[in-house]
Amino acid sequence: MLLEISAFLVLEKLILVAIILGISLFIAMYSTYAERKLAAFIQDRRGPNRAGIFGILQPLADGGKLFFKEEIIPEYANKFLFILGPAIFMITACMTSAVIPWGSTLHIFGKDISLQVADVNIGILYIFGVVSLGVYGIMVGGWASNNKYSLLGTIRAASQIISYELAMGLSLIALLMITGSLSLKDIVEQQSHGVWYIVYQPIGFLIFLVCAFAECNRTPFDLAECDSELVMGFHTEYSSMKLGFYLFAEYINMFISSAVMVTLYFGGYNFPGMHSLHVSPNTLTILGVIAFFVKIFIFLFFFIWVRWTVPRFRYDQLMKLGWKMLIPLAILNLLITGALMLYLHH
Amino acid sequence: MESLTNRSKPVDRRPMNLWEKIYLPAVIKGLGITLKHLFKKKATYNFPEQTRPFSPVFRGLHILNRDEEGRERCTACGLCAVACPAEAITMEAAERKPGEEHLYREEKYAARYEINMLRCIFCGFCEETCPKDAIYLTETFAPANYQRKGFIYGKEDLLIPFPEKENQPVTEKP
Repeated sequence: MLLEISAFLVLEKLILVAIILGISLFIAMYSTYAERKLAAFIQDRRGPNRAGIFGILQPLADGGKLFFKEEIIPEYANKFLFILGPAIFMITACMTSAVIPWGSTLHIFGKDISLQVADVNIGILYIFGVVSLGVYGIMVGGWASNNKYSLLGTIRAASQIISYELAMGLSLIALLMITGSLSLKDIVEQQSHGVWYIVYQPIGFLIFLVCAFAECNRTPFDLAECDSELVMGFHTEYSSMKLGFYLFAEYINMFISSAVMVTLYFGGYNFPGMHSLHVSPNTLTILGVIAFFVKIFIFLFFFIWVRWTVPRFRYDQLMKLGWKMLIPLAILNLLITGALMLYLHH
Repeated sequence: MESLTNRSKPVDRRPMNLWEKIYLPAVIKGLGITLKHLFKKKATYNFPEQTRPFSPVFRGLHILNRDEEGRERCTACGLCAVACPAEAITMEAAERKPGEEHLYREEKYAARYEINMLRCIFCGFCEETCPKDAIYLTETFAPANYQRKGFIYGKEDLLIPFPEKENQPVTEKP
């Protein structure tokens, strides 16, 4: 039966969803800490070190502060949309993790449990769709604030994300031509025995990486926020936990896009020499999950590292880079990939 | 226009070549620089637990000194007030009465001696100009206060405490 849904499956998936949500929230929480610490280290400072040992409780203190701050909704703001904005942004950020394969199958209670919430056969398209929905969170929030800086930030965010999604999609098509599948699980399994796709698609990966920075609104493409010019852009008027949601969702986005990049280009939960290890399948799965998270942490570190290195692009430079450099490069990459595949096939 | 110092550097406005246009080499170079800073010694002092050492010539709060027998050295000559560029010092002189010889060293002394720490620029001219070695700048700084009047230091704040032992040296500046 196609639609045979047992109570056990529902329970299994619910537990998995809860765990993944918990992990992504936890990692997002500690990326704020990592961000502040690394920023400090790069600038020869010490960073937060008062809350707990090495300031390890700082994210909790920050969260608590945001919860107890006064909630201000501007008088001329559209109240419904003002609340809807951060909600959309947060929900879409959490939704993307559903199709990412966090590990291969785990064999417990006589059942095979896949460490992926949903093996959708259009996994990549799902991620792209949900990420595009996330723009509405920014747009709605910025528009509803009824503030010109927020509106400017919103316009920048929207146009930036739309232009970079194109290049991102084009760079991805070249990869999908090789994989022949849109399912993330398939893509990871293909990398299990062969080499990682970074070897086949170095330029594609580079374009994807740059676009991921733009999609996450991270420096050097943080024009939507622009701390110094637009006073935080689309969330100027936000306070309390609604601001917290915006800031927090950004870190979740960062985490998810790291996970997507690892899945697509760096072999997901595979690690070198995994087939020569003589351990039980369950141990191998757990090792795979650990390898996956290690790769994600390397990417998160890279995200933070770049933020404290590269200054912000000017708006026209951003658009020029997106439309005049990345998109032609992505199309060229696509053509070369196609030509090589044809050549090698015959 | 001719420049005054010849130190200004002309801006390179040549159009970028391909190597510069792809940004990535410059970005990677920058990443290398920040990575180096990641492991450098931190410049921060963990303040309340760890204080920053002052320089040996640090000039802080003033004190009024006593002589070897514990008598006030200040004779209220007013030279410090005259020397003070910020006009932070005011004083009132009084005459020593018989029987007060163990308190004041000479016939004249300062009945009131005030320094406004908000005006003071800690230049140390008062210390330099004092003919009686009565005023010194120490290595502490004025603590914060809620009111302006809290920053006007009178004689009771400035005068160093009476030494317990007579042969103990009274000089400050550790």
